Amino acid sequence: MGLDTDKPYGDSTLAVHGGEAHQKAQNSITDPVVMASTYTFSDTQAVIDYIEQKQARGEYGRYGNPNESVVEKKLAQLEGGQDAIVYASGMAAIVGVVMAKLSAGDEVVFFDECYHRSREFCAKHMSRFGVVTRQVEACNYEAMEAAINKNTKLLVSESPTNPHLSVVDMERFAAIGKRHNVETLIDATLATPYNCRPLEFGVDYVLHSATKYLAGHNDLLAGVIIGNTEKLEDIRYLRGILGSINSAHNCYLLQRGLKTFDVRMERHNHNGQSIAEFLEAHPRVEKVYYPGLASHRYHDIAKAQMRGFGSLITFELRDADWRATADVVDRCRIPKIGPSLGGVESLIEQPMVMSYYELPAEERASYGIRDNMVRMAVGIENTQDLIDDLKQALEGTAS
Amino acid sequence: MKFRTKAIHIGNQRCRLTGAVVPPIHLASTYVQESPGVWGDYDYSRSGNPTRDNMETTLAALENGVDALAFSSGMAATHCVTMMLNAGDHIVAGTDIYGGTYRLLHKISNRAGITVTLADAGNPENLQAAIQPNTKLIWIESPGNPLLSITDISLCAEIAADAGILIGIDNTFATPVLTRPLDLGIDIVMHSATKYLGGHSDALGGALVVKDTELREQLYFIQNATGNCMSPLDSFLISRGMKTLDLRVKAQSESALAIAEFLEADPRVSRVLYPGLPSFEGHQLAKQQMHGGFGAMLSFELAGDFEKANRVTASTKLFQLAVSLGAVESLIEQPASMSHASYDRDDRLAHGIKDELIRLSVGLEDPTDLIADLDQALNG
Repeated sequence: MGLDTDKPYGDSTLAVHGGEAHQKAQNSITDPVVMASTYTFSDTQAVIDYIEQKQARGEYGRYGNPNESVVEKKLAQLEGGQDAIVYASGMAAIVGVVMAKLSAGDEVVFFDECYHRSREFCAKHMSRFGVVTRQVEACNYEAMEAAINKNTKLLVSESPTNPHLSVVDMERFAAIGKRHNVETLIDATLATPYNCRPLEFGVDYVLHSATKYLAGHNDLLAGVIIGNTEKLEDIRYLRGILGSINSAHNCYLLQRGLKTFDVRMERHNHNGQSIAEFLEAHPRVEKVYYPGLASHRYHDIAKAQMRGFGSLITFELRDADWRATADVVDRCRIPKIGPSLGGVESLIEQPMVMSYYELPAEERASYGIRDNMVRMAVGIENTQDLIDDLKQALEGTAS
Repeated sequence: MKFRTKAIHIGNQRCRLTGAVVPPIHLASTYVQESPGVWGDYDYSRSGNPTRDNMETTLAALENGVDALAFSSGMAATHCVTMMLNAGDHIVAGTDIYGGTYRLLHKISNRAGITVTLADAGNPENLQAAIQPNTKLIWIESPGNPLLSITDISLCAEIAADAGILIGIDNTFATPVLTRPLDLGIDIVMHSATKYLGGHSDALGGALVVKDTELREQLYFIQNATGNCMSPLDSFLISRGMKTLDLRVKAQSESALAIAEFLEADPRVSRVLYPGLPSFEGHQLAKQQMHGGFGAMLSFELAGDFEKANRVTASTKLFQLAVSLGAVESLIEQPASMSHASYDRDDRLAHGIKDELIRLSVGLEDPTDLIADLDQALNG
């Protein structure tokens, strides 16, 4: 027995069973964690058969691992893609793509709200290999189109962006790529396949920091790139050479985390929306960035292409300098202060302190990072507990 | 602090040394001391381990207990309770209990000169009647396994308190999400942490939770002396599992109700045992005692013979044929030949566990997919 390959199973069924063999080694219900660095052959003929017949089996851990394969299949199914490649981190994944796809003289265009380390890698490091990086204002499709020339090979954006939660019109973004015969990539870490599947809009590659919602428990690092098999082939080959693989143990924990992906995301969406609404109505809050709010700049497009809006919320305090803002953060009891997002535990941070502290004020401002800005990665705790906690932190009413 | 918030934060304080948001896994077997005879918080991992402590702290908070003790399996936890008794003592236990508990009481504890009477705890008067002057422990399970019978926990606790007898409950099926027996007067809550607490079929563990520190000391003494402790890796995985316990149990209970309703309306099924069905004998009591759902376990009998039952259990695709329960993967099994094979057959039949009974552990898959799977299997 086993799953029907042609039946359109529900998301939670895919989260639990997708990509997994129905009957596993030793009849275990869960996949064993295969720690082996290398894989053995019964005799010389077996080695020759492996090479000549291009058999899908293990050879050496850097080229693939059973735990990695199973979680890659599950991720591909959840995203609606043909194949997925798992990496040591989200950054290792983006690096894996640009290293595979771009050569000297090629150009890449970013929307400027894309994760700053991704842009930094291309601008500062790929430039050393002759790759040109261009950045245009987020969601300015005319500017993106104008930045394309005959050397352009890749268009990159994040959606929603971090920390401003700008939402890219996937159809429009993908169409620009198609019109100019340029590939497109969306970092959908904040959306997750629960809320939006960029491949369905014609985007070529979806990238995730799987550390976040996909793994969901703040206890592993992972990245993944998803797309069609043919397009991923050279990326996978390069990963085998560069060795930016993940560990068997992390792959197992990622697979385990994905089993509750559906229920966690439902709860993240609910908590995110409830808290964004609470914050918007609070007199100490001047502005809330959350795509699920009607006041959000990109609410209409978000509503059209997303099932829910996730749980990352950025807000600015009214009449607060950086210190008064930090006081609110410090008064929170449930969210812990820390970067990252997408785990069951709520996290909170002040971007000006956490990520931009060493930059001059003017430069921070140019990125839209204000002193009174707070970013909260809402977990799956009880909604009312989180609202009560934020309320006391905002009002300074704790005893 | 409410349940789900506790599950995520209590026992999961950030690491003071590194700031790590998830506490590190302490694999150390021993701990270095400052000077001879001056013990730090930890000395040897059988006596205490930080990762196991975290798991115990979280579970104690969820059950509203003062502390929990984590064991290498559910049976190790139950055994620890029975080791409090002495030769000549007597135990009263419910009839609808896990096969392994039956085996422990009838084939292990008896060797130490401890006698057992089983009584149908569905009617607590039966428990009362079974009490002897030498009765030292009452052991119940609700919902029961595999018939899902509901026991009036408060009433049993009252009976035990009046008689000055210790009372323990196996709360594996209900989980603290739905029922918190310590609040109802129970002395010891036992869990097979392998099931819903861990929730992913990948860790073995058991636990005892108590509200009395003196009782905790007695149980801890036995655990430390006999060495049945949960491993650090299993403790970590079960802690990780408890963070989604509330979401999983509620979602799986909802699916179980939908499946029970589907089966009850199906002519191929003769009887459905699920506390959430108004037709179920213990439904009213379950409504009072279980909050937020009726659990994700259900049993049913087919309009057909044992052979037919065999064909059904062999032809499901999503429900996998295996013992155990409580995880994200749905399971199907036949108690007579699997989970309750350690019962004597006569006892099994006397307690209403027919050979053709089928038990389901409803997982986290989409309920529509699960119902479709049962629908096709029932034609088998």
